[in-house]
Amino acid sequence: MPITYTSGEQIEVYRFSIPVTVGVPLLALFLQAFLPRRLPFFSIFDLPLLVTIFFAMARRNPISGLFTGAAIGLVQDMLGPYPIGIYGIAKTVVGYGASSLGAKLDVENVGARFLVTTGFYLVHAAVYFTVARGMVNLKLDWSWTRGILAGLANGLLGVALYFVLDKFKQRT
Amino acid sequence: MESVLGRYRNLTILVGVLFLQLLGLAVQVKRSADVEHTRLIRIWAVEAITPFERGLVWAQNGSSNLWHNYFFLRGVRAENRQLKEQIEQMRLEQVRLSEDATQAHRLQSLLIFKEQFIAKTVAAQVIGSGGSDLSRIIYIDKGKNDGMKPDLAVITAGGIVGKVLQVFPTSSQVLMINDQSSGVGAMLEKSRLQGVVRGTANGELVLDRVMSDEHIAAGESVLSSGGDQIFPKGLPVGTVSKVSAGREMFLSIKVKPAADLSRLEEVLVVTEKQEREPVAESGDSRGRAADILAQRLPSVPEKPATVAGANPAGTGAAASDATGQDAGAGEKPQPNGAAKIVTETGTTGGVLKKVVQKPAAGDSGKNGRSGSGTGSSAALSATPNATSNASPKSANSTPKPATAPSKPSSPQSSSQPPATEDNPH
Repeated sequence: MPITYTSGEQIEVYRFSIPVTVGVPLLALFLQAFLPRRLPFFSIFDLPLLVTIFFAMARRNPISGLFTGAAIGLVQDMLGPYPIGIYGIAKTVVGYGASSLGAKLDVENVGARFLVTTGFYLVHAAVYFTVARGMVNLKLDWSWTRGILAGLANGLLGVALYFVLDKFKQRT
Repeated sequence: MESVLGRYRNLTILVGVLFLQLLGLAVQVKRSADVEHTRLIRIWAVEAITPFERGLVWAQNGSSNLWHNYFFLRGVRAENRQLKEQIEQMRLEQVRLSEDATQAHRLQSLLIFKEQFIAKTVAAQVIGSGGSDLSRIIYIDKGKNDGMKPDLAVITAGGIVGKVLQVFPTSSQVLMINDQSSGVGAMLEKSRLQGVVRGTANGELVLDRVMSDEHIAAGESVLSSGGDQIFPKGLPVGTVSKVSAGREMFLSIKVKPAADLSRLEEVLVVTEKQEREPVAESGDSRGRAADILAQRLPSVPEKPATVAGANPAGTGAAASDATGQDAGAGEKPQPNGAAKIVTETGTTGGVLKKVVQKPAAGDSGKNGRSGSGTGSSAALSATPNATSNASPKSANSTPKPATAPSKPSSPQSSSQPPATEDNPH
């Protein structure tokens, strides 16, 4: 799984049509809310996070990445029972990180995507738990086993999902 | 300064966005009732997404119904036969349980216990979840317009599911019992030990606050204790799946939920609970004993006409039996009250008729029931003589049938069997 350092000239920046920019995150949020009731195992996945990472890495623009992450995270917060902003903060960090990484590394190949997604899942979980426990005082327990398994599962799903979403990329 | 901001523009914006969100969080946390202050935003989000979920659920149910009701009927006959057998077995079990329940109610009324009953429920369809693995919530398709309120208990036939957390116009958010922030007052069925059932990060249930010196076996049922003021007492929460030493002096008890929380489709929301003292139905067991005894005593030859007249209420064990004064017998369903009256009044037909009708009219429960208790003993003592009184009494009691239906249902069922068994005599 090669992760190659690329020069600025090698980096390709993509953009997306407005329907894709709006529709894909909304679809991800909808599926995340709907599917776990029908397919219980699906709750281990975090589709909104995968979409955040994908858009951030494809656009390679930190500002765009962090706003995408913030928007998706805040909507996800609205559907949950906890104060609004916990997912927002976590996904803002991930969006910024993924786009910054995308600007410097070649994250187009399968291995790199898997590692980046798994890593950012753990970063996301770490930020979420830090904010939830440290600031909102939620009594959430962290399970390393479940966290790592979920990270790997999201990495695998991410690779497949990015392959589909690649079809919507438009070269700038 | 400007050059610094320009140089670190991305980082500055990141910090700014994070700061704003942290500020928003801080405001919500400080107000603590964040739910109210962010209510409008949540309503927008939920109302935007639930119509799609509702539509998908509707379509899914429609196609599922089409398949199951029209195309997938293979094996229905066999299943029907099997279910009928099951019903027969359950009827037998029901008779036994109703006797136990009657006895329990009688004992509870003696202790002036108050019970909580589920008075009204609303069926709801699960249409979605919270979209996060870290919070265990579901959305149901009933909201404020359907009478939903926060903190209502949500259950299934299997057991408890959770409580209503937030209510929107056409949907509600339900916090499931396996969420980390939820807690249910619970007790173990056999040992009656009380604790709190909580969710874990993995979505499992654990029973907290049980001291480590207690002996608890896997497989024991866990019921709601009613202590949380949300779930009525006695609803199934789950069964103990594993017991191990926990932190400090407490046991770590894993509980397998009674309701299948991962595959919820329909749930019941308890919209109304009633607290009332159980009504003693004390007469039944005694009345039943009297019936049984009456059956075992030597019987007199049947007088078909009389029996026919006396039995319309379906009572009559004693009527057709030796229990002549069975006036009482005739009235057996209101049974024993009548028998008691007979012994007290001295049993003339006229008096009997009058007095027996009295409970009939006002026989709404307690009087009849308590009367039956004493009546049964009267019936027992009277049994030996009474043969001569049988016919008059039964004749007099013909109007009685009207009283029979007024009897409570459960007692009825228990007193009926002897009556039907008597007819053959």
